[in-house]
Amino acid sequence: MIQYTDKIREIAGRLLKDGTVEVFIGYRKGTVPMMNEPVLIRDPDQVDTLHWDVNCGLNLCNYLTRRTEKIGILATGCNSRNIVTHIIENQIKREQLYIVGIPCTGMVDHRAVKRAVGGKEILSAEQQGEKLIVKGADFEKTFEIKEILQSNCAVCRHRNPVEVDEMVADPVPEQEGVEPYKDVESVEGMEPRKKWEFFTRLISRCLRCYACRNACPLCYCPTCFVDESRPQWVGKSNDPTDTMTFHFLRAYHCAGRCTDCGACERVCPVGISMRQFTKKLNKDAEELFSWEAGLTLEQRPPLDVYRPDDYNDFIK
Amino acid sequence: MKNLLEHIGIEPGRLHFSWISSAEATKFVDVANQVYEAVKEVGPAQVFIKRLAEVA
Ligand code: SF4
Ligand code: SF4
Ligand code: SF4
Repeated sequence: MIQYTDKIREIAGRLLKDGTVEVFIGYRKGTVPMMNEPVLIRDPDQVDTLHWDVNCGLNLCNYLTRRTEKIGILATGCNSRNIVTHIIENQIKREQLYIVGIPCTGMVDHRAVKRAVGGKEILSAEQQGEKLIVKGADFEKTFEIKEILQSNCAVCRHRNPVEVDEMVADPVPEQEGVEPYKDVESVEGMEPRKKWEFFTRLISRCLRCYACRNACPLCYCPTCFVDESRPQWVGKSNDPTDTMTFHFLRAYHCAGRCTDCGACERVCPVGISMRQFTKKLNKDAEELFSWEAGLTLEQRPPLDVYRPDDYNDFIK
Repeated sequence: MKNLLEHIGIEPGRLHFSWISSAEATKFVDVANQVYEAVKEVGPAQVFIKRLAEVA
Protein backbone atom coordinates (compact mmCIF):
# COMPACT_ATOMS: atom_id res chain seq x y z
CA MET A 1 0.00 0.00 0.00
CA ILE A 2 2.36 2.64 -1.31
CA GLN A 3 -0.28 5.40 -1.18
CA TYR A 4 -1.02 4.81 2.48
CA THR A 5 2.67 4.55 3.36
CA ASP A 6 3.50 7.84 1.60
CA LYS A 7 0.58 9.58 3.23
CA ILE A 8 1.49 8.23 6.68
CA ARG A 9 5.07 9.45 6.32
CA GLU A 10 3.89 12.85 5.19
CA ILE A 11 1.46 13.21 8.12
CA ALA A 12 3.97 11.92 10.69
CA GLY A 13 6.67 14.29 9.39
CA ARG A 14 4.31 17.25 9.57
CA LEU A 15 3.11 16.44 13.10
CA LEU A 16 6.61 15.92 14.46
CA LYS A 17 7.96 19.09 12.79
CA ASP A 18 5.20 21.41 13.94
CA GLY A 19 5.28 19.98 17.44
CA THR A 20 1.72 18.64 17.45
CA VAL A 21 3.19 15.39 18.72
CA GLU A 22 6.47 14.39 20.36
CA VAL A 23 6.36 10.79 19.25
CA PHE A 24 4.64 8.98 16.40
CA ILE A 25 3.65 5.33 16.74
CA GLY A 26 3.39 3.35 13.53
CA TYR A 27 4.82 0.28 11.87
CA ARG A 28 8.04 -0.47 10.05
CA LYS A 29 8.90 -3.42 7.88
CA GLY A 30 9.79 -6.44 9.98
CA THR A 31 13.05 -8.33 9.67
CA VAL A 32 11.12 -11.37 8.48
CA PRO A 33 8.38 -11.30 5.81
CA MET A 34 4.76 -10.73 6.94
CA MET A 35 5.87 -9.52 10.39
CA ASN A 36 5.77 -5.76 10.40
CA GLU A 37 6.70 -4.36 13.74
CA PRO A 38 5.67 -1.35 15.79
CA VAL A 39 8.02 1.61 15.78
CA LEU A 40 8.15 4.83 17.81
CA ILE A 41 9.52 7.78 15.87
CA ARG A 42 10.69 11.01 17.48
CA ASP A 43 12.88 12.49 14.77
CA PRO A 44 11.03 13.90 11.72
CA ASP A 45 14.00 12.85 9.58
CA GLN A 46 13.23 9.21 10.31
CA VAL A 47 9.68 9.05 9.10
CA ASP A 48 10.82 7.11 6.05
CA THR A 49 11.11 3.99 8.20
CA LEU A 50 7.31 4.02 8.53
CA HIS A 51 5.54 1.44 6.44
CA TRP A 52 2.03 0.17 5.83
CA ASP A 53 0.67 -2.99 4.23
CA VAL A 54 -1.50 -6.01 5.06
CA ASN A 55 1.00 -7.33 7.59
CA CYS A 56 0.40 -4.70 10.26
CA GLY A 57 -1.70 -6.91 12.51
CA LEU A 58 -0.13 -6.01 15.84
CA ASN A 59 -2.13 -3.64 17.99
CA LEU A 60 -0.42 -0.27 18.45
CA CYS A 61 -2.65 0.73 21.31
CA ASN A 62 -0.47 -1.56 23.39
CA TYR A 63 2.22 1.14 23.37
CA LEU A 64 0.04 3.92 24.75
CA THR A 65 -0.51 2.80 28.32
CA ARG A 66 0.25 5.58 30.79
CA ARG A 67 2.45 7.56 28.44
CA THR A 68 2.78 11.21 29.30
CA GLU A 69 3.90 12.87 26.06
CA LYS A 70 1.85 13.99 23.08
CA ILE A 71 1.46 11.08 20.75
CA GLY A 72 0.54 10.55 17.14
CA ILE A 73 -0.74 7.06 16.47
CA LEU A 74 -2.05 5.07 13.52
CA ALA A 75 -5.40 3.41 14.03
CA THR A 76 -7.38 0.90 12.01
CA GLY A 77 -10.97 0.16 13.01
CA CYS A 78 -10.13 -2.28 15.78
CA ASN A 79 -7.07 -0.36 17.00
CA SER A 80 -9.15 2.81 17.28
CA ARG A 81 -11.67 0.93 19.41
CA ASN A 82 -8.86 -0.18 21.70
CA ILE A 83 -7.71 3.43 21.93
CA VAL A 84 -11.25 4.45 22.92
CA THR A 85 -11.23 1.68 25.54
CA HIS A 86 -7.89 2.97 26.84
CA ILE A 87 -9.32 6.48 27.16
CA ILE A 88 -12.43 5.21 28.95
CA GLU A 89 -10.23 3.23 31.34
CA ASN A 90 -8.00 6.27 32.07
CA GLN A 91 -4.88 4.76 30.57
CA ILE A 92 -4.35 7.73 28.27
CA LYS A 93 -5.98 11.12 27.74
CA ARG A 94 -7.77 12.01 24.52
CA GLU A 95 -6.04 15.43 24.49
CA GLN A 96 -2.64 13.73 24.35
CA LEU A 97 -3.48 11.90 21.16
CA TYR A 98 -3.51 12.75 17.51
CA ILE A 99 -5.15 9.74 15.90
CA VAL A 100 -4.35 9.07 12.27
CA GLY A 101 -7.10 6.84 10.95
CA ILE A 102 -6.61 4.03 8.47
CA PRO A 103 -9.58 2.68 6.55
CA CYS A 104 -8.74 -0.97 6.77
CA THR A 105 -9.53 -3.91 4.54
CA GLY A 106 -7.96 -6.55 6.74
CA MET A 107 -4.72 -8.22 7.66
CA VAL A 108 -3.19 -11.31 6.17
CA ASP A 109 -3.11 -14.55 8.16
CA HIS A 110 0.58 -15.38 8.02
CA ARG A 111 -0.11 -18.99 9.02
CA ALA A 112 -2.52 -19.49 6.12
CA VAL A 113 0.15 -18.26 3.70
CA LYS A 114 2.77 -20.48 5.24
CA ARG A 115 0.43 -23.48 4.97
CA ALA A 116 -0.42 -22.67 1.38
CA VAL A 117 3.24 -22.83 0.35
CA GLY A 118 3.69 -26.15 2.13
CA GLY A 119 5.62 -24.69 5.05
CA LYS A 120 8.55 -23.68 2.85
CA GLU A 121 10.66 -20.74 3.89
CA ILE A 122 9.25 -17.45 2.64
CA LEU A 123 11.84 -14.88 1.65
CA SER A 124 9.55 -12.03 0.69
CA ALA A 125 5.87 -11.15 0.69
CA GLU A 126 4.96 -7.95 -1.12
CA GLN A 127 1.52 -6.45 -1.37
CA GLN A 128 0.44 -5.22 -4.79
CA GLY A 129 -3.03 -3.80 -4.57
CA GLU A 130 -5.40 -6.66 -3.77
CA LYS A 131 -2.72 -9.28 -4.17
CA LEU A 132 0.13 -10.60 -2.09
CA ILE A 133 3.13 -11.92 -3.95
CA VAL A 134 5.05 -14.45 -1.96
CA LYS A 135 8.52 -15.61 -2.96
CA GLY A 136 10.84 -18.30 -1.67
CA ALA A 137 14.11 -19.77 -2.92
CA ASP A 138 12.39 -21.94 -5.55
CA PHE A 139 8.81 -20.75 -5.78
CA GLU A 140 6.62 -17.73 -6.34
CA LYS A 141 2.93 -17.63 -5.53
CA THR A 142 0.30 -14.92 -5.84
CA PHE A 143 -2.56 -14.74 -3.36
CA GLU A 144 -5.81 -12.82 -3.43
CA ILE A 145 -5.64 -11.00 -0.12
CA LYS A 146 -9.40 -11.46 0.37
CA GLU A 147 -8.86 -15.20 0.56
CA ILE A 148 -6.08 -15.22 3.14
CA LEU A 149 -7.42 -12.73 5.69
CA GLN A 150 -7.08 -13.31 9.41
CA SER A 151 -10.28 -14.92 10.64
CA ASN A 152 -11.19 -11.86 12.73
CA CYS A 153 -10.72 -9.52 9.75
CA ALA A 154 -12.89 -11.72 7.54
CA VAL A 155 -15.85 -11.03 9.85
CA CYS A 156 -14.90 -7.47 10.86
CA ARG A 157 -17.82 -5.03 11.06
CA HIS A 158 -15.85 -1.90 11.99
CA ARG A 159 -13.10 -1.48 9.46
CA ASN A 160 -13.11 2.29 9.65
CA PRO A 161 -11.73 3.94 12.76
CA VAL A 162 -14.34 5.27 15.18
CA GLU A 163 -12.31 8.12 16.66
CA VAL A 164 -9.87 10.09 14.49
CA ASP A 165 -8.21 13.45 14.00
CA GLU A 166 -7.22 12.85 10.42
CA MET A 167 -7.78 10.09 7.89
CA VAL A 168 -5.14 8.66 5.60
CA ALA A 169 -7.78 8.00 2.91
CA ASP A 170 -11.54 7.94 2.39
CA PRO A 171 -13.46 5.40 4.48
CA VAL A 172 -13.89 1.92 3.02
CA PRO A 173 -17.35 0.35 2.83
CA GLU A 174 -18.16 -1.79 5.87
CA GLN A 175 -18.78 -5.49 5.25
CA GLU A 176 -22.45 -6.40 5.15
CA GLY A 177 -24.02 -9.68 6.13
CA VAL A 178 -21.05 -11.17 7.94
CA GLU A 179 -21.77 -13.76 10.59
CA PRO A 180 -19.22 -12.95 13.25
CA TYR A 181 -20.19 -15.62 15.77
CA LYS A 182 -20.68 -18.73 13.66
CA ASP A 183 -17.79 -20.54 15.35
CA VAL A 184 -19.09 -19.66 18.82
CA GLU A 185 -22.55 -20.90 17.92
CA SER A 186 -21.23 -24.24 16.78
CA VAL A 187 -19.59 -24.73 20.19
CA GLU A 188 -22.74 -23.55 21.96
CA GLY A 189 -24.61 -26.39 20.33
CA MET A 190 -22.37 -29.06 21.86
CA GLU A 191 -22.91 -31.19 24.96
CA PRO A 192 -20.92 -30.03 28.02
CA ARG A 193 -18.44 -32.88 27.67
CA LYS A 194 -17.85 -32.11 23.99
CA LYS A 195 -17.32 -28.46 24.83
CA TRP A 196 -14.75 -29.41 27.40
CA GLU A 197 -12.97 -31.65 24.90
CA PHE A 198 -13.06 -28.88 22.29
CA PHE A 199 -11.36 -26.36 24.58
CA THR A 200 -8.97 -28.91 26.06
CA ARG A 201 -7.80 -29.82 22.59
CA LEU A 202 -7.68 -26.15 21.57
CA ILE A 203 -5.17 -25.21 24.25
CA SER A 204 -3.32 -28.52 24.52
CA ARG A 205 -0.22 -27.14 22.83
CA CYS A 206 -0.08 -23.95 24.87
CA LEU A 207 3.41 -23.22 26.19
CA ARG A 208 2.26 -20.60 28.69
CA CYS A 209 4.59 -18.12 27.00
CA TYR A 210 2.01 -15.36 27.55
CA ALA A 211 2.68 -13.77 24.17
CA CYS A 212 -1.09 -13.53 23.68
CA ARG A 213 -1.38 -11.54 26.87
CA ASN A 214 1.56 -9.31 26.06
CA ALA A 215 0.29 -8.48 22.58
CA CYS A 216 -3.10 -7.41 23.89
CA PRO A 217 -3.63 -3.74 24.74
CA LEU A 218 -6.20 -4.69 27.37
CA CYS A 219 -3.60 -6.52 29.44
CA TYR A 220 -1.85 -3.59 31.07
CA CYS A 221 -1.92 -4.66 34.73
CA PRO A 222 1.45 -3.91 36.38
CA THR A 223 1.45 -7.49 37.70
CA CYS A 224 -0.69 -9.99 35.85
CA PHE A 225 -2.54 -12.57 37.95
CA VAL A 226 -0.45 -15.32 36.38
CA ASP A 227 2.79 -13.72 37.56
CA GLU A 228 1.63 -12.96 41.07
CA SER A 229 3.17 -15.27 43.66
CA ARG A 230 1.72 -13.92 46.92
CA PRO A 231 -0.92 -15.18 46.74
CA GLN A 232 -0.38 -17.47 43.78
CA TRP A 233 -3.69 -17.48 41.94
CA VAL A 234 -2.81 -20.08 39.37
CA GLY A 235 -0.08 -22.70 39.03
CA LYS A 236 2.81 -21.71 36.79
CA SER A 237 3.56 -25.03 35.16
CA ASN A 238 1.87 -26.23 32.00
CA ASP A 239 -0.46 -28.49 33.93
CA PRO A 240 -3.61 -28.65 31.75
CA THR A 241 -5.86 -27.37 34.54
CA ASP A 242 -3.61 -24.39 35.20
CA THR A 243 -3.45 -23.66 31.49
CA MET A 244 -7.23 -23.78 31.26
CA THR A 245 -7.45 -21.46 34.27
CA PHE A 246 -5.06 -19.03 32.60
CA HIS A 247 -7.07 -18.95 29.37
CA PHE A 248 -10.38 -18.74 31.10
CA LEU A 249 -9.34 -15.87 33.33
CA ARG A 250 -7.40 -13.98 30.70
CA ALA A 251 -10.52 -14.03 28.56
CA TYR A 252 -12.69 -12.96 31.43
CA HIS A 253 -10.42 -10.00 32.13
CA CYS A 254 -11.17 -8.90 28.58
CA ALA A 255 -14.95 -9.17 28.95
CA GLY A 256 -16.74 -6.21 27.41
CA ARG A 257 -13.36 -4.79 26.33
CA CYS A 258 -12.08 -7.05 23.56
CA THR A 259 -12.29 -5.59 20.06
CA ASP A 260 -11.44 -8.87 18.32
CA CYS A 261 -8.34 -7.24 16.82
CA GLY A 262 -6.69 -10.64 16.52
CA ALA A 263 -3.29 -9.58 17.87
CA CYS A 264 -3.34 -12.33 20.51
CA GLU A 265 -3.91 -15.04 17.95
CA ARG A 266 -1.42 -13.56 15.53
CA VAL A 267 1.48 -13.79 17.97
CA CYS A 268 0.91 -17.28 19.37
CA PRO A 269 3.98 -19.38 18.54
CA VAL A 270 1.91 -22.55 18.29
CA GLY A 271 -1.14 -21.11 16.51
CA ILE A 272 -3.79 -21.45 19.23
CA SER A 273 -7.17 -19.86 18.53
CA MET A 274 -7.62 -18.34 21.95
CA ARG A 275 -10.15 -15.90 20.48
CA GLN A 276 -12.66 -18.74 20.94
CA PHE A 277 -12.77 -17.70 24.59
CA THR A 278 -13.00 -13.93 24.13
CA LYS A 279 -15.49 -14.22 21.28
CA LYS A 280 -18.00 -15.97 23.49
CA LEU A 281 -17.80 -13.01 25.88
CA ASN A 282 -18.07 -10.54 23.00
CA LYS A 283 -21.16 -12.36 21.82
CA ASP A 284 -22.71 -12.31 25.29
CA ALA A 285 -21.88 -8.62 25.71
CA GLU A 286 -23.59 -7.93 22.42
CA GLU A 287 -26.65 -10.09 23.08
CA LEU A 288 -27.19 -9.31 26.75
CA PHE A 289 -25.98 -5.71 26.96
CA SER A 290 -26.12 -4.51 23.33
CA TRP A 291 -22.47 -3.68 23.74
CA GLU A 292 -19.52 -3.77 21.39
CA ALA A 293 -16.30 -2.53 22.94
CA GLY A 294 -14.77 0.82 22.10
CA LEU A 295 -17.38 2.29 19.77
CA THR A 296 -17.93 5.48 21.73
CA LEU A 297 -16.36 7.68 24.38
CA GLU A 298 -19.80 8.63 25.66
CA GLN A 299 -20.94 5.38 27.24
CA ARG A 300 -19.52 3.40 30.16
CA PRO A 301 -18.90 -0.31 29.55
CA PRO A 302 -21.44 -2.85 30.89
CA LEU A 303 -19.24 -4.27 33.65
CA ASP A 304 -18.75 -0.81 35.07
CA VAL A 305 -22.33 0.37 35.46
CA TYR A 306 -25.42 -0.95 37.16
CA ARG A 307 -28.81 -0.77 35.56
CA PRO A 308 -31.89 -2.17 37.28
CA ASP A 309 -32.78 -4.07 34.13
CA ASP A 310 -29.33 -5.67 33.73
CA TYR A 311 -29.26 -9.31 32.70
CA ASN A 312 -29.31 -11.40 35.88
CA ASP A 313 -30.81 -14.76 35.01
CA PHE A 314 -27.87 -16.54 36.62
CA ILE A 315 -28.52 -15.14 40.10
CA LYS A 316 -31.06 -16.69 42.45
CA MET B 1 -18.61 -15.83 34.22
CA LYS B 2 -21.21 -18.58 34.42
CA ASN B 3 -21.87 -18.37 30.69
CA LEU B 4 -18.21 -18.69 29.81
CA LEU B 5 -17.62 -21.56 32.24
CA GLU B 6 -20.56 -23.39 30.76
CA HIS B 7 -19.30 -22.55 27.29
CA ILE B 8 -16.02 -24.35 28.00
CA GLY B 9 -17.84 -27.40 29.29
CA ILE B 10 -18.78 -27.00 32.94
CA GLU B 11 -22.28 -28.48 33.29
CA PRO B 12 -25.19 -26.09 33.86
CA GLY B 13 -26.26 -26.90 37.41
CA ARG B 14 -22.77 -27.03 38.84
CA LEU B 15 -22.20 -23.34 39.35
CA HIS B 16 -24.65 -21.19 41.30
CA PHE B 17 -24.81 -17.54 42.17
CA SER B 18 -27.02 -15.96 44.75
CA TRP B 19 -27.35 -12.75 46.71
CA ILE B 20 -28.48 -13.38 50.26
CA SER B 21 -28.62 -10.83 53.02
CA SER B 22 -27.57 -11.86 56.54
CA ALA B 23 -31.21 -11.38 57.55
CA GLU B 24 -32.52 -13.88 54.99
CA ALA B 25 -32.05 -17.13 56.88
CA THR B 26 -34.83 -18.99 55.10
CA LYS B 27 -33.60 -17.91 51.68
CA PHE B 28 -30.15 -19.22 52.60
CA VAL B 29 -31.55 -22.60 53.55
CA ASP B 30 -33.64 -22.78 50.38
CA VAL B 31 -30.74 -21.87 48.13
CA ALA B 32 -28.39 -24.30 49.88
CA ASN B 33 -30.91 -27.08 49.40
CA GLN B 34 -31.44 -26.22 45.75
CA VAL B 35 -27.71 -26.14 45.13
CA TYR B 36 -27.33 -29.49 46.86
CA GLU B 37 -30.07 -31.05 44.74
CA ALA B 38 -28.80 -29.57 41.49
CA VAL B 39 -25.21 -30.60 42.10
CA LYS B 40 -26.22 -34.07 43.20
CA GLU B 41 -28.04 -34.44 39.92
CA VAL B 42 -24.99 -33.57 37.77
CA GLY B 43 -22.80 -35.87 39.86
CA PRO B 44 -19.15 -35.58 40.83
CA ALA B 45 -17.06 -33.18 38.73
CA GLN B 46 -15.11 -34.92 35.99
CA VAL B 47 -13.38 -31.95 34.43
CA PHE B 48 -11.38 -28.90 35.47
CA ILE B 49 -9.78 -30.84 38.32
CA LYS B 50 -6.17 -30.36 39.22
CA ARG B 51 -4.51 -33.52 40.42
CA LEU B 52 -1.59 -32.86 42.71
CA ALA B 53 1.64 -34.62 41.95
CA GLU B 54 1.96 -37.85 43.88
CA VAL B 55 4.72 -37.63 46.41
CA ALA B 56 6.27 -40.81 47.69
S1 SF4 C 1 -10.27 -6.45 12.65
FE1 SF4 C 1 -11.11 -5.01 11.10
S2 SF4 C 1 -10.11 -3.06 11.48
FE2 SF4 C 1 -8.94 -4.64 12.59
S3 SF4 C 1 -7.30 -5.18 11.18
FE3 SF4 C 1 -8.99 -6.61 10.81
S4 SF4 C 1 -10.23 -5.68 9.17
FE4 SF4 C 1 -8.86 -4.11 9.98
S1 SF4 D 1 -8.07 -10.33 23.55
FE1 SF4 D 1 -7.06 -10.55 21.54
S2 SF4 D 1 -8.58 -9.89 20.05
FE2 SF4 D 1 -9.26 -9.12 22.06
S3 SF4 D 1 -8.41 -7.04 22.20
FE3 SF4 D 1 -6.92 -8.44 23.16
S4 SF4 D 1 -5.46 -8.95 21.51
FE4 SF4 D 1 -7.32 -8.08 20.56
S1 SF4 E 1 0.63 -17.17 22.96
FE1 SF4 E 1 -0.11 -19.27 22.57
S2 SF4 E 1 1.40 -20.62 23.60
FE2 SF4 E 1 1.71 -18.53 24.39
S3 SF4 E 1 0.45 -18.48 26.27
FE3 SF4 E 1 -0.82 -17.66 24.59
S4 SF4 E 1 -1.95 -19.44 23.82
FE4 SF4 E 1 -0.26 -20.23 25.05
